[in-house]
Amino acid sequence: MTMMIERSSFGFRLSVFGAWVAVLFLILPMTIVVPVSLTPERYLSLPSGTLSLRHYQSLFSDPIWLRSIRDSLVVGFLSTSFAVLLGTLAAIGCWRISSRASGVVRMLMLAPMIVPTIVHALGFYQAWVQFGLIDTYLGLVLAHTMKGVPYVVISVSAALANVELKLEQAARSLGATVWQTLRMVIVPAVLPGIYAGAVFAFVTSWDELVVNLFITSRNVYTLPRKIWDGIQDNINPAIAAVATILMLITLVLMIVRVMRGHQVNDH
Amino acid sequence: MHGEDRTARVYWYLLLAPLVMLALFYIYPLARILWLSVSTPTLGLGNFSQLYTSAAIQRIIVTTARICVITTLITLLVGYVLAYVTLHVKSRHGELLMFFVLLCFWLSVLIRAFGWLALLQSRGVLNTALMHWGLISEPLAMVRNELGVIVGMVHYMIPYAVLPLYANMKGIDQRIVPAARGLGASPMTAFLRVYLPMCVPGILSAGILVFIFSLGFYVTPALLGGGKTVMIAEYIALQINDTLNWGVGTMLATSLLITVFALLLLMSRVADLSKVFGVK
Repeated sequence: MTMMIERSSFGFRLSVFGAWVAVLFLILPMTIVVPVSLTPERYLSLPSGTLSLRHYQSLFSDPIWLRSIRDSLVVGFLSTSFAVLLGTLAAIGCWRISSRASGVVRMLMLAPMIVPTIVHALGFYQAWVQFGLIDTYLGLVLAHTMKGVPYVVISVSAALANVELKLEQAARSLGATVWQTLRMVIVPAVLPGIYAGAVFAFVTSWDELVVNLFITSRNVYTLPRKIWDGIQDNINPAIAAVATILMLITLVLMIVRVMRGHQVNDH
Repeated sequence: MHGEDRTARVYWYLLLAPLVMLALFYIYPLARILWLSVSTPTLGLGNFSQLYTSAAIQRIIVTTARICVITTLITLLVGYVLAYVTLHVKSRHGELLMFFVLLCFWLSVLIRAFGWLALLQSRGVLNTALMHWGLISEPLAMVRNELGVIVGMVHYMIPYAVLPLYANMKGIDQRIVPAARGLGASPMTAFLRVYLPMCVPGILSAGILVFIFSLGFYVTPALLGGGKTVMIAEYIALQINDTLNWGVGTMLATSLLITVFALLLLMSRVADLSKVFGVK
């Protein structure tokens, strides 16, 4: 095999250097919050000499922080469940029909991913006032569900691209009802796509701030809202502690994923 | 064939629940915004005429456009280098680079903006350190201005540029550069005249994607601009929350929406949209 690219050339070495500078830029603000969260002071600073866990302690003893985490988890799980249900139905329906009309439907389902958040945040506010859904769990879950559906539609559609339409026809001609075909043939075939969509939908809900700012106030109080309010009133190292915990969770989940991925590749 | 028709109809029923939900809880709210923009306070295009008459609005639009263009250009350059290197180094090395890009991608936008704030603000980590070492006597203004907003936005957008650029490069036959070299082209010529032109569709679609996301960006500009550098999304929120000016707020929201869809239309001429968004 011939060499694809001259890896030893000066230009390429310079690009590799540039790429690592870019990676440093990417991880710089994330790495800085870790030492800041361990400072013994009450203001944002790098610890000089001693490390302290006081900000983690204040985090876990503050009922408002704990409540915000609970609210984010509840809204995240509920909206992910609804988004998975609706998104999977939509993706399978469009896949089976596969006409011009269903193509339009599929693009329409992606709208919440494309429309700028501030625009639909205003829309949700207006409509939720009319529906009496402002500052309710149901209201926030519905809004997050709509924002999660596109990700499920995309990943389930991608999984369906590898499923033969004949499979569905075979199941039906062997006497299976539509419901049985869905439950026993199609859904098992696209399960990885459903999982991937669920992860995206959950993260979308978990990170959402702008919509929450418009349609919730005191009654439903999510973690991003709490972090936002914390940054607005007085920035203290407790926020760095939350940031560190969230980063560690992300890091661990990604490492687990990579390791599982490698195992799959090895076989 | 009759049975076939009936089956197709059954599958339309599957679409019923998602479509009804979308219409009621998404399309209707958006339609309300469009309607309000032409009906508050009075019916007509009065709000839209402010795009031409209000100096404040024009200043916001110019600031937004400038920040988005600068952000998009820097993001594309950095994203291109990252995607190119990730694809062309040995696979373990490339996986490591991609790991960091994805780590960034998955992290909350709020956490990332907070990180920059902790680092760059006047009593932040960087200024404190520089003053401690005696390199500066006054803190440098790195946030609450355009610099801070652009740094934060480029940081947020890089993964969104790397992923489509990487996918595009992966589809290019890697033998073309050695082929051009074999025919006597210098490395620079082979890259500029053979490789780069094949990346143009990827660069354009990544660029438009980043530009669209930047236009409506709220969290990062609001935190790192600190009320001094205001982009359109934050300005819309101010209209609603502070001055209760729904007419102007919804007019700007509608204009933003129209701009985004116009850009998407433009993008559909250089790339297959359903491919860019991953359906198909």
